[in-house]
Amino acid sequence: MSDHVERMVLQGKVDMHFSYAAGKTASRFFVELRDRQRIMGKRCPLCQRVIVPAQLFCKECFVETDEWVEVGPEGTLVTFTVVYHKENHHPKEAPLAYGIIKLDGADTSIVHFLSETEVTKLDHGMRVRAIFSEERKGHILDIECFRPV
Amino acid sequence: MGKRAAIIGTGQTNHCSSREDVNEMELVYEAATAALKDAEMTIKDIDAVVLANMELFEGRALPDMWCGEGAGAFMKHAFKISTGGTSGTSGAISGYYHVASGLFDRVMVVGFEKHSEGDASGGMALTDPFWDRHIAAAAIGNFALSVSAYMADRGVTEEQSAKVAVKARRNACNNPHAHLQMPDLTVKEVLESPILAYPVHRLEMCPQSDGACAIIFASEEIAKKRCPRPAWVRAAVTRHDHIYLGEVKNRLSTMRSLREAAKAAYEIVGIKEPLKEFDVAEIYDPLTYAEIAWYEALGFCKDGEGGMLIDGGVTQMDGELPVNPSGGVISTNPVGASGTIRVAEGALQIHGRGGKRQVPDVNLALVTGYGVYCWSDVLILSSKPY
Ligand SMILES: [Zn+2]
Repeated sequence: MSDHVERMVLQGKVDMHFSYAAGKTASRFFVELRDRQRIMGKRCPLCQRVIVPAQLFCKECFVETDEWVEVGPEGTLVTFTVVYHKENHHPKEAPLAYGIIKLDGADTSIVHFLSETEVTKLDHGMRVRAIFSEERKGHILDIECFRPV
Repeated sequence: MGKRAAIIGTGQTNHCSSREDVNEMELVYEAATAALKDAEMTIKDIDAVVLANMELFEGRALPDMWCGEGAGAFMKHAFKISTGGTSGTSGAISGYYHVASGLFDRVMVVGFEKHSEGDASGGMALTDPFWDRHIAAAAIGNFALSVSAYMADRGVTEEQSAKVAVKARRNACNNPHAHLQMPDLTVKEVLESPILAYPVHRLEMCPQSDGACAIIFASEEIAKKRCPRPAWVRAAVTRHDHIYLGEVKNRLSTMRSLREAAKAAYEIVGIKEPLKEFDVAEIYDPLTYAEIAWYEALGFCKDGEGGMLIDGGVTQMDGELPVNPSGGVISTNPVGASGTIRVAEGALQIHGRGGKRQVPDVNLALVTGYGVYCWSDVLILSSKPY
């Protein structure tokens, strides 16, 4: 008998569905976005940082945050990239731009899309402003993107 | 032999079918803060964090990454243990190893699961891609295969199995954290519940729960300083069997991995008559029949006599060896936490903080973990360090 055999490679696919409970703090963050177009953070009573998006507890001090603070809608672009290659799991068609934005009044930054996909028109430290979606569902994409001011 | 280590604090969430009020990291945080409070510590006192969870059940790859900060992992030594159903006990054993190695003095272990968010059967269907997955995916049929053989081998009856369900759900009424509390459940009701897979009825199976459980291990010096009655880890043994269903010999009837792990652990501590020597046992019972089989595998009785223990009330709260005062996994099953809960409940009994489920004068507790017939963990906890 020959040692040569056809190489068998099996394909796999499993259909799974998930539902992620946001918890009371992120729930309020989403409701504020949807109903009032406000971006909310929460302040840690120990280190005083305003954490955005709002979190139940400060991950550095390990205590519950206690004070709601509205931040933005303008902020500073900390860093950015423009993605040109295609991937299955990309949320948008390339080229897509996203960055890390430190909203005015916040001590941590959020990650979001940028409206500008021309690299030469983006800059570290530039001012940007949140653009809210027309149809809001209580989701991080209720902010459509950030646009240079 | 490693350095001495003890459990000095435990904390649990309330477990139920859906903790929609918190996200998974917040669930972990709830257990972690409860354990810190119990040990009268702050997160600054903790040197290392171990997490235990089932990979993929909740649709998060790397759950340690997404939930670790809930256990205070920020800027600490932290990682995850994942060994299927035994994850929770293996995580605890890892926490023990950390301290027993002498490298860490105060280690927090958190087991967690949020079944309501995901698809446990889907997760189980991501097992071996060549043989099992296409035929024996999901847990219940897998259990049932073993149960039908066990009944035939040992003559265990449906009524004996149902008595275990009744005991578990009644004990759960004394445990404020338990998921299924059923004070009036009867044998008849158990046997009239629908058959999920021959011969297993719905009320004989564990539920799927949301919950988390945290344990704090400490070195000898710290344990003696901080805890009036530490739960010393006297033995911690793990055994893995074959994984392919066709290779595991006599599964439930033998449960070789549990038998071997128990034998090794008993030898370390010098246990000769487990039924007499242990004051309480918290064993991982995924379904009623397994608890009876574990009585045999753990040497509480001879093979074939497990059913008689439940008939005789030997493992009831007022029996010679109360088994699962907490209500066990049959009453509460956030799977990545289920093993951790067993260890925490064993420790709680030694701490004397068991509330309404406290067994009087517990000095020696037996704890086990279980993962699909292939993996077993056995821990022995004691009020005495040696
Ligand atoms: Zn803080």
